[in-house]
Amino acid sequence: MAVVFEKTNLLTDKQFHYCPGCNHGIIHRLVAEALDELHLDGNVVGVAPVGCSVFAYDYFNCDMFEAAHGRAPAVATGIKRAKPDTLVFTYQGDGDLASIGTAEIVHAAHRGEKISTIFVNNAIYGMTGGQMAPTTLIGQRTTTSPNGRDEAWCGAPIKMSEMLAAVPDSYYIERCAVNNNANIIKTKKAIKKAFQYQLEGKGFCMVEVLSTCPTNWGLSPVEALKWLEDNMIPYYPLGVYKDKGATK
Amino acid sequence: MALTLMKGSEAIAEAAIRAGARFFFGYPITPQTEIPEYMSARMPEVGGCYLQAESEVAAINMVYGAAGTGARVITSSSSPGVSLKQEGISYCAGAQLPCVILNVMRGGPGLGSIQASQGDYFQGVKGGGNGDYHMLTYAPASIQEAINIMMFAFDKAEKYRMPVLFLADGIIAQMMEPVEMPEMVEYKVDPEKKPWAATGWKPGDDPAKRAVINSLFINTEELSAHTDVLQAGYAEARKNEQMWETYKTEDAEIVLTAFGTVARIAKTVVDEMRAQGIKVGLFRPIAVWPYPYEPLAATVGQPGVKAVLDVEVNEGQMLEDVKLAINGAKPVHFFGHCGSLFPTTEEIRNKILEIKEGF
Repeated sequence: MAVVFEKTNLLTDKQFHYCPGCNHGIIHRLVAEALDELHLDGNVVGVAPVGCSVFAYDYFNCDMFEAAHGRAPAVATGIKRAKPDTLVFTYQGDGDLASIGTAEIVHAAHRGEKISTIFVNNAIYGMTGGQMAPTTLIGQRTTTSPNGRDEAWCGAPIKMSEMLAAVPDSYYIERCAVNNNANIIKTKKAIKKAFQYQLEGKGFCMVEVLSTCPTNWGLSPVEALKWLEDNMIPYYPLGVYKDKGATK
Repeated sequence: MALTLMKGSEAIAEAAIRAGARFFFGYPITPQTEIPEYMSARMPEVGGCYLQAESEVAAINMVYGAAGTGARVITSSSSPGVSLKQEGISYCAGAQLPCVILNVMRGGPGLGSIQASQGDYFQGVKGGGNGDYHMLTYAPASIQEAINIMMFAFDKAEKYRMPVLFLADGIIAQMMEPVEMPEMVEYKVDPEKKPWAATGWKPGDDPAKRAVINSLFINTEELSAHTDVLQAGYAEARKNEQMWETYKTEDAEIVLTAFGTVARIAKTVVDEMRAQGIKVGLFRPIAVWPYPYEPLAATVGQPGVKAVLDVEVNEGQMLEDVKLAINGAKPVHFFGHCGSLFPTTEEIRNKILEIKEGF
């Protein structure tokens, strides 16, 4: 019988630790498949900082760096400057990228750092057990916003793709979601595009991926997907926010 | 070889390049800004990389990234900036990444002053970041000594797989002295010598050789095994890497202890007091971690030694190690100021005379 599908060898055989219904597994696979299809022959390094994906070094089958909370873009900068011919990607959550690591991500974009960032936005701190993130929606209940996020008290959710698109030397910024098959396919295309731009020596690229956290949202995996569609996508519209390489 | 008159910060930067450093990540802060300035011009000349980070936090994490590829990497800062680097230093220590960090110390705490100080001794040798770690820590007393230490600093960092810290007071960076600059070392990353570094592993290669630069061990038994490895390295360094200088201690009645440029002031005092017939000597740790406890104990343990005077530009930080070394065997006195006030020879002489009156 013909083989129609195989697990990419850019993922190890280690079983994911992610909760049932969490989208990290899908996004890991998309990243690994995109890397695999580019035939990089070992010239790839990933950086995963603190957050649910901190153990990504166990899953991505390439040289991997674990980084301090928020610092992955700085670590990736050091790697890329030392090994300019290597594809360097960061894999960061929203607590990491949109809060403690804002300086590092903004300045990686500002320098036009030739790295690719996969930004997984699930509107909550997952690893520490469901606290309010800068991306948490207005009214969303978390363990540190028990009455729902109050804009008057702690501001409105931050929109990182829009923000980084405004940085002069960012090159390609797209927001995707993995809530259905069509969007999963789009997400993989975006990730691959970001990697291809890096291989062409273009500047900073980021793919934001809206993702569910059923455990900390207190929803079933199916309900979580619906919640993402009804609440996150309207506030965080999908689409290309910047593409300097787009043919006019 | 001819001597060249050089400013300390520039000489140290040039020595780092001669020792094979090709990556510098930093951020401006007085009194060490001449180091990034020098590096920004010099690194491109040798095919290296100077990059100005957005903060000291980012700079040390860039060091973490580049060091993880096996490159020789250096960063510099001054006290408040080095405080910001502590997170990354702890991660470098945990992930066993060799690198060199320069602290050109200024007054503290907080914003303190921009004048030279020795106020970061605790931070340097007692662990400024979280967790059980140490760094090989050198306190040069002259520009030439800083150059000489730099020439082996990367070798030591790589041998022990740990960060190396220079605790240089601002005077070392800001003064000029005639120096002899060593020849350039040719350094290339050798994956055989650095099997832990990210040098291009691919699926199908030996899984054990995949680079995982990491300080996280969520299983406590695994963390314990990892820290055992770190501690074994520290034990080895304690055995091999103590460095100190004694000056006229053989017949001394009073032994001065001091590090960095303060030791040079103390050395002058030794000669001045001896001209007056008072037998004073100096014990100067060159490496302040690992601290030369036994050599100091042996020096002070000589029957003729009646007292010890520790002199620092802080409120008595190395003093704690001096007391640990001497362990009550002889009285230990202290003279020092925080606030970047360097002691004069006259002040130290007067303190010695005061101690001598008590004999």
